[in-house]
Amino acid sequence: MLRDITLGQYYPSDSVIHRLDPRVKLMGTLIFLTSLFITKSFYGYIPAILFLFMVIKLSKVPFSFMVRGMKAIAFLLAFSVILNLFLTQGEVIFEFWKLKITKEGIYTAGFMAIRLSFLIIGSSIMTLTTTPNNLTDGLEKGLGFLKIIHVPVHEISMMMSIALRFIPILMEETDKIMKAQMARGADFESGNMFKRVKSLVPLLVPLFVSAFRRANDLAMAMEARCYRGGEGRTKMKPLKYKKRDAIGYLVLVLYLGIIIALRILLK
Amino acid sequence: MSIIQTDNLTFEYIRRDEEGNVEGITTAVDNVSLEINRGEFVAILGHNGSGKSTLAKHLNAILFPTEGTVFVDGKDTKEDANLWNVRETVGMVFQNPDNQIIGQVVEEDVGFGPENQGVPTEEIWQRMEESLKAVGMYEFRKKSPNRLSGGQKQRVSIAGVLAMHPKCIVLDEPTAMLDPIGRKEVIRAVRALNDVEKITAILITHYMDEIVHADKVIVMDKGKIAMAGTPREIFSQVDKLKALSLDVPQVTMCAHELKKAGLPIPDGILTNEELIKALKQCQ
Amino acid sequence: MSIIVNHLTYRYNPGTAMESTALDDINLKIEDGEFIGLIGHTGSGKSTLVQQLNGILKPTSGGVYVDGADISDEGYNLKKLRGEVGLVFQYPEHQLFETDVFSDVCFGPKNLGLSKKETELRAYEALKQVGIEDDYFYQSPFDLSGGQKRRVAIAGVLAMKPKVLILDEPTAGLDPKGRDELLEKLTAIRKDTGCTIILVSHSMEDVARYADRIVVMHKGKIAFDDTPSEVFKHRDELKEMGLGVPNITETMYELKAAGFPVSTDIITVDTAVKEILRAMGK
Repeated sequence: MLRDITLGQYYPSDSVIHRLDPRVKLMGTLIFLTSLFITKSFYGYIPAILFLFMVIKLSKVPFSFMVRGMKAIAFLLAFSVILNLFLTQGEVIFEFWKLKITKEGIYTAGFMAIRLSFLIIGSSIMTLTTTPNNLTDGLEKGLGFLKIIHVPVHEISMMMSIALRFIPILMEETDKIMKAQMARGADFESGNMFKRVKSLVPLLVPLFVSAFRRANDLAMAMEARCYRGGEGRTKMKPLKYKKRDAIGYLVLVLYLGIIIALRILLK
Repeated sequence: MSIIQTDNLTFEYIRRDEEGNVEGITTAVDNVSLEINRGEFVAILGHNGSGKSTLAKHLNAILFPTEGTVFVDGKDTKEDANLWNVRETVGMVFQNPDNQIIGQVVEEDVGFGPENQGVPTEEIWQRMEESLKAVGMYEFRKKSPNRLSGGQKQRVSIAGVLAMHPKCIVLDEPTAMLDPIGRKEVIRAVRALNDVEKITAILITHYMDEIVHADKVIVMDKGKIAMAGTPREIFSQVDKLKALSLDVPQVTMCAHELKKAGLPIPDGILTNEELIKALKQCQ
Repeated sequence: MSIIVNHLTYRYNPGTAMESTALDDINLKIEDGEFIGLIGHTGSGKSTLVQQLNGILKPTSGGVYVDGADISDEGYNLKKLRGEVGLVFQYPEHQLFETDVFSDVCFGPKNLGLSKKETELRAYEALKQVGIEDDYFYQSPFDLSGGQKRRVAIAGVLAMKPKVLILDEPTAGLDPKGRDELLEKLTAIRKDTGCTIILVSHSMEDVARYADRIVVMHKGKIAFDDTPSEVFKHRDELKEMGLGVPNITETMYELKAAGFPVSTDIITVDTAVKEILRAMGK
């Protein structure tokens, strides 16, 4: 169900990864995602697998929790695998009716599946181990240079942080409204495309109304607590690089080096 | 010395139809003058639409009077220069526990207010610790607010206000969406702040059992103050409360009926102990 | 219409690390025309239980039998069931979505496949039952007061003419006046239509006053199932569950402990007054 989406959720724990500076984690995510696209062979994924498992192990986030996030994209994954499996041209090893499975197809399908899974897991580690506040602090500071050209960095990061906090609440609300409308005989599952889209109205209208009400309440609560933008604000958790962050950067550079080296060597 | 004073406070809002034409004017708060002293525990009662929440929102400058004045710690809330000072002096806790927590982790939420005030980092941590301990939520500081019960969320919200070191805290129906256990937790926390920290507490509610311990009770009806006095004075007027369609605690109701039946029981019995004492004297 | 809950167990997220048992071997028989108070603190499983009764949640094991048929059977007409077992969720006003009050109330009967005329007739009747005046029919539901919205939402379920009406904390967030009015309306509706009412509540005083049977849930199990005066005899157990007894019953217990010869078998203020007067020899 909707609650299975782990992307954008925080998993509270007290691990090295949790304590890393968010800027290191942002950079790490960026490097990891880049590395997936640099790599062109299965062997090239070995360091990526090792790196990913090391980070997951260190983060103390249960592996099952990560996999649960995969469920949400299972459809996308299956879609890409099937597409690659049947549509790649090459040496045919299995034939059935009009469908042909080729050696290259299996290879590409497997390759894409790994890439896509790693992409999702890699980016969810970031959000699972970083509180949204911390994450937005990282973005705010990491992108602080944009302020010079009048990009409202603080406001954008505040909006992101609030959006992330309300995702689980709105998910739960969706579930509740859906059930309430089902109790009034609403049907969300049958009928053609047009009918289905129409059946969403009784779900979406209350959801929007509720989101606006919550936004209104929250704005009032923030004002009551003296929020007046980024000006003159202090930080409870100011970002300061520590020794572990330097090590983090070092590990990242090393990882990137290995990936690039493998890419060149395994040509 | 009063911390809050309203002089002939009136608040009107204009009702408009769909095209934006003026349909009429609603007077939500009608010429209310009241004074709340430092360290008092004041309860404001009234049914929905009686103007109690509108009144509360004037106390920390979320709304501004159409007519009349509100003074917070001697400062006129209408003056722009006083705005942030007023909001620092009077903290506010709202009804819906989900819609007022900003942080994704309890401790970060409590730090939000002090951050806005520009409190130095080290002191924010100190304040976070003190405030969460004051409401008994310190052990939950690393938790996500989504995993807390309603009562726990409201205690976090109270801590969030407390960390701003206000002189007064206004709670706008903080228990309306909670179950009985949550309600007790929240009221206990509010009473502790008032007793121990000597923070002025203004509690808006329609649960009668929550106001028994207040120093002063104000009953609102149709935007006006309908009754004011100590809980005993208020609960002595059972018929009037009924006419205002407010609840009366069952023990008070029972004592009232016994008196009507001829037993010499004093007015305004608030607790079981008082009833027992009164009945003993009848024997 | 008979509803039998037979050895029903329900687990959230079965087979995962997050597995938790919400309902544990529940047996329950609901008779026609009863007014049942369902109590238990947050997380006791009472909301989960009522969602089983109209098939919104499916049991992990055991079953719910309506007129002898298992509602989890393949091909069972769930839509018809949801018309017969009307469930009003907590804060039902959050489900309102139409541009006017009347159309919103029509949503339920329309989904049941009724004719336009019948749908409108039922909507009209339901709005009258909850005391919404004609003037409001073509207003936006979002412009109403909190109490009115709540009643319109309840009318939305009533318009399906349920034989069993379940309400999950219908008075939450209402003021005393709104609460009393709503509970009186429900009593009147039951009298007029003869429907069964299941009231999920946190208020011991309310269930003591209105229900003629109380079911107490605790940790996913049924702890007590009896008449109000029988259930409230278990004062100590109820307190341990974080529930307690009505305030007036508590008063009587304390009076007795203080030496007054009063009965503690009292759950309303009126009977308490009579009992104290009797004990005082008046």
